[in-house]
Amino acid sequence: MTTFRSTARQIAVAAKALALFTLLLGIAYPLLATAAAQTAAGHLANGSPVSAAGSAGGNAAGSVLLGQSFTDSSGAALPQWFQSRPGTYDGAASGGSNLGPSSTELAAALEDRRQAVAALESVPPEDVPADALTASASGLDPHISPEYAYLQAARVARVRELPEPAVRALVDAAVQGRIAGFLGEPTVNVLELNMALQELDT
Amino acid sequence: MAGWLALGQFLAVALVLALVHRPLGDYLAHTYTSGKDLAPERGVYRMLGVAPRSGQTWQSYLRSVLVFSALGVLALYLLQRMQPLLPASLGLPAVPEGLAFNTAVSFVTNTNWQSYSPEATMGYAVQAAGLAVQNFLSAAVGLCVALALVRGFAGRGAQTIGNFWVDLTRSVTRVLLPGAALGALVLLLGGVIQNLNGFTEVATLAGGTQSIPGGPVATQEAIKLLGTNGGGFFNANSAHPFENPNAFTSLVSVLLMLIIPFSLPRTFGTMIGDRRQGYAILAAMAGIFVLSLATMTAFEFAAADGPAGSMEGKETRFGIAGSTLFGSTSTLTSTGAVNSMHDSFGALGGMMAMLNMMLGEIAPGGVGSGLYGMLVLAVVAAFVSGLLVGRTPEYVGKKIGPREIKLACLYVLTMPALVLAGTSLSFALPGIRTEIEETSMLNDGQHGFSEVLYAFTSAANNNGSAFAGLTANTPWLNTALGLAMLLGRFLPIIFVLALAGTLAAQDKVPVTAGTLPTHRPQSVLVLSGVTVLVTALTFFPVLALGPLAEGLI
Repeated sequence: MTTFRSTARQIAVAAKALALFTLLLGIAYPLLATAAAQTAAGHLANGSPVSAAGSAGGNAAGSVLLGQSFTDSSGAALPQWFQSRPGTYDGAASGGSNLGPSSTELAAALEDRRQAVAALESVPPEDVPADALTASASGLDPHISPEYAYLQAARVARVRELPEPAVRALVDAAVQGRIAGFLGEPTVNVLELNMALQELDT
Repeated sequence: MAGWLALGQFLAVALVLALVHRPLGDYLAHTYTSGKDLAPERGVYRMLGVAPRSGQTWQSYLRSVLVFSALGVLALYLLQRMQPLLPASLGLPAVPEGLAFNTAVSFVTNTNWQSYSPEATMGYAVQAAGLAVQNFLSAAVGLCVALALVRGFAGRGAQTIGNFWVDLTRSVTRVLLPGAALGALVLLLGGVIQNLNGFTEVATLAGGTQSIPGGPVATQEAIKLLGTNGGGFFNANSAHPFENPNAFTSLVSVLLMLIIPFSLPRTFGTMIGDRRQGYAILAAMAGIFVLSLATMTAFEFAAADGPAGSMEGKETRFGIAGSTLFGSTSTLTSTGAVNSMHDSFGALGGMMAMLNMMLGEIAPGGVGSGLYGMLVLAVVAAFVSGLLVGRTPEYVGKKIGPREIKLACLYVLTMPALVLAGTSLSFALPGIRTEIEETSMLNDGQHGFSEVLYAFTSAANNNGSAFAGLTANTPWLNTALGLAMLLGRFLPIIFVLALAGTLAAQDKVPVTAGTLPTHRPQSVLVLSGVTVLVTALTFFPVLALGPLAEGLI
């Protein structure tokens, strides 16, 4: 009986505790933090938006953090742009392929992409870097490796009828090294590179 | 080159933890032993109607844990079912019954297994006022249980093991909320978003459109990591650029996951009045951590010779080393967050993620649960050592008698039983097997088997990471994984609190020339050996059917 009464009392205490902590941790804390973040660091808090050069009123062209697709509606590469890693870049549905190392589906996709990239860039298939063949974890990877960016420079220059050294110079400027020299990997942000490219070409 | 960089980021993590674990460990010890309440805490106790200085027996403490957690499941379930009525829900419908049950259990048990894709399922109200609240509270419960066990070791002839409501409140007010707020600030400055914008359609540079998601992410992200919860705001979890934009935030994430679990051994040492014992526990945790991280990293670099260059399911900005550091940390704690897709790891790299969980998540383990898991293994190790040299088994001044060792063994047996039973039943029951093979498994053959094994390992250990190709939103998996999470969380908690009660009631055995020391390097080795052997013997056969078969043949 005491156990029963004590349990009944504990249920009341637990319900009050849950309500109280929900108000504090689930409503007050995130709302106050959001208000503070919007006031003090609105650009970061809103996903580091970027505006396309030349667009009227500086229309948002997306977020510098989220990769974009530079393909036509059927998924074929638009040759005037630097290409992101394979994927659909759907901001409403993030995720990877989750295909495992022994997947035949993955092996076939890798081989198809290797042939397609080799043909597009006019290089031998074995020269295509891994990030050009593989889907990322998020499906929104904004980066490619500097290697893949340089591989694309000649084709972009040819299609846009720009001098290749000028395009390679854009890639040079776009390469971001490791943070503090040892964290992460060297990267090239594809959206930023393509925005610089568009600026050069207009 | 790659090896040196991997070493560099590891040393950065080790340096920060070496600097922080002592002050933080002592701060935690002070937090849970102090006789003073802060003014807001006194307000909380008045509202709850609890007397903060009254201790609870282990049975009463356990009842509080179970009642509080059961109400948490119920509230979170109802919140999801009522989603259309809640503000800022982005027009999303009510979460279906089976999924809502699975998710409620998942977040209350500190698992954060996600059978759903958040972008298409959970609005901001459920995320912030439901899921994130349990991120705090489930971590706080883990801390409470760990501290109760430490009081058991520290106590002498005591009938009580602390007051749950006080431990819970202090965990929130003095540890998790300040820590999470600080973490959220750092993440925000690193580029993690914090808004209520919903989805914004933008025109892309190439002339298409893209849907840019929003959300109060930084605040949820910080506690997801600090509380070793792991449930992502987005489907891609910490691989999503809005959750983890760069290598710096990724390193901060790793530190947030490790900081409390690696400080708690100091808390233990300080509270029992023998810091060497805390260091022994820390040494065993750190040794296993380093060995496991090095192994997974080596496997993934070795897999880079393959056609995918080890980059399928990895982000360019993190690369291989940044992915294995995060993946190892996440599965060795009970976090389960991912910044790369474990399903696409090499067979042996993916096996390491599973093995880390199968160790019982004790190196350093989840917030609180890592310490109590390791202390239970320390009891087993002391028992084994005692038997080997023919002395009465003792650990930190407490006799390890039949009751103590029975409780420790029940703890150790629970998780493997759940993992092996769940996986076996998934393939042994004919109707279920069809559903698993035709609906749930993405990959086929051994890798598909590994997806199911990973799921039950993750659920029973309250980790929450996945071989995410698995479609777990089915009646069988929602139910079976939900039960595995519940039993995997609360059966061990029952055994730990019972152990705390029986230890607290004992007097201290004085240290004599005949006492077998438990703080020397050889006892650290015995403890590590017991941990690994228990796992290896239990799980070797099932690993041979999945990742070992896939990786070695």
